[in-house]
Amino acid sequence: MKPVPFEYCRPDTLAEALALLAERRSEAALLAGGMSLGPMLNLRIVRPKSVIDISRLPDLDGIAVRADRLITGATVIQAEALASPVIRDALPLLALALPWVGHFQTRNSGTLGGSVAHADPSAEIPLCLVVADATVVLRSARRERRIPARDFFTGALSTVRREDEMVVALEWPRAPADAGHAFEEIAQRHGDFAIAAAACSLTLDGSGRIATLALGLGGVEDRPIAIDTAAFIGRPADGETARAIAGSIEESIDPMEDHAASANYRRALARVLVERIVPRAAGAARSARKGAA
Amino acid sequence: MSVRITPEQEQRVTLTVNGKVRSSFAEPRMLLTDFLRHELQVFGVHVGCEHGVCGACTILVGGRAVRSCTRYAVQMEGAEITTVEGLAEPGTLNVLQQAFADHHALQCGFCTPGILLSATQFLRQNGAPSEAEVRDMLSGHICRCTGYVGIVAAIMDAAARLRRSE
Repeated sequence: MKPVPFEYCRPDTLAEALALLAERRSEAALLAGGMSLGPMLNLRIVRPKSVIDISRLPDLDGIAVRADRLITGATVIQAEALASPVIRDALPLLALALPWVGHFQTRNSGTLGGSVAHADPSAEIPLCLVVADATVVLRSARRERRIPARDFFTGALSTVRREDEMVVALEWPRAPADAGHAFEEIAQRHGDFAIAAAACSLTLDGSGRIATLALGLGGVEDRPIAIDTAAFIGRPADGETARAIAGSIEESIDPMEDHAASANYRRALARVLVERIVPRAAGAARSARKGAA
Repeated sequence: MSVRITPEQEQRVTLTVNGKVRSSFAEPRMLLTDFLRHELQVFGVHVGCEHGVCGACTILVGGRAVRSCTRYAVQMEGAEITTVEGLAEPGTLNVLQQAFADHHALQCGFCTPGILLSATQFLRQNGAPSEAEVRDMLSGHICRCTGYVGIVAAIMDAAARLRRSE
């Protein structure tokens, strides 16, 4: 339960960190809160020659609204995000999801960017990123790349991040004030990895029908997935529509099978979660419209 | 100043533990738990799973409850750490610890130091928690003796006693 010997680097600036990463490439691991990398180091699942500690880098831990986007730095600590009035206001979906991320004690260390870079298929923050259609900002010594979240995750623990790149920020579209949001997951115990998770953001038109609908599932396939909901726009935001969406998802998804659950069990959980959260998000949207009126 | 430490190099690490400045040496891969126990003889930091799951090694860093097994001593230069030894003067119990004794909130006691430190930060943030909130906070700790009933009762009672003493 001890890591292999490694070189420890704590650069002072982002430029210095990126230069180190360009030099060490696949032999380096980036360390921020240590909630993913720490266990993997201790269990020797990873054996890096160098660990680059980015947790003290300036300019990576900001939360800021810029025009219609919310920018969260890679090393924003999950507990700080959970306590942030800016996130509660501009990104309610993330605020609803954060209490499901690990535990009180792990949220005190774990970072937003760390969870995204780690890319566990059941992780909540990557799921929110996909549902919100957010962007991952990657930086290397040579350039910056901006990747839509829906193209960023390529499988369990794998992303399009290249070995000389660092996740430096997440850029989220600001949620409309009249949108409703819901998040729920099922795990063996609260705080454990989700067997299935679902996130939903929607808006209603003047007659209470679905105007926009973003829906996603985590823990079901090998990466967080966005569901194609085009067929349901304009339908009443009621239980019948929720059941129809859930039914269509059952057909379209290809769930994983592992020690925790069979593919069919995951399919059943996905159905139940969607049936629960779509009406809940619709209810929240109705309250939001009333509040605004 | 940027820091670079080679794998076998023993780096001096200076930090504050329970209000006292302490210093010793660590190579990069030394867990903070092992540094506190083996280098600084702070044995109230317990070692359970060593991968961040069980909560036995939980300490306060800058007032925040965190796992000490998934961070490394060399990261901690200048940190302010509180362990169970720092909760009360030797031979005495603070309000939270007394509540644990009164409610039989421990049997073997292995998980207790970590839980006490989590509860310390938790009660500072939330002086009037619901039982559900206490249980949610406790989900980050594994106790295999008590079934948690006494622990929940102790933390709820400690919150009430602290409110009365304000």
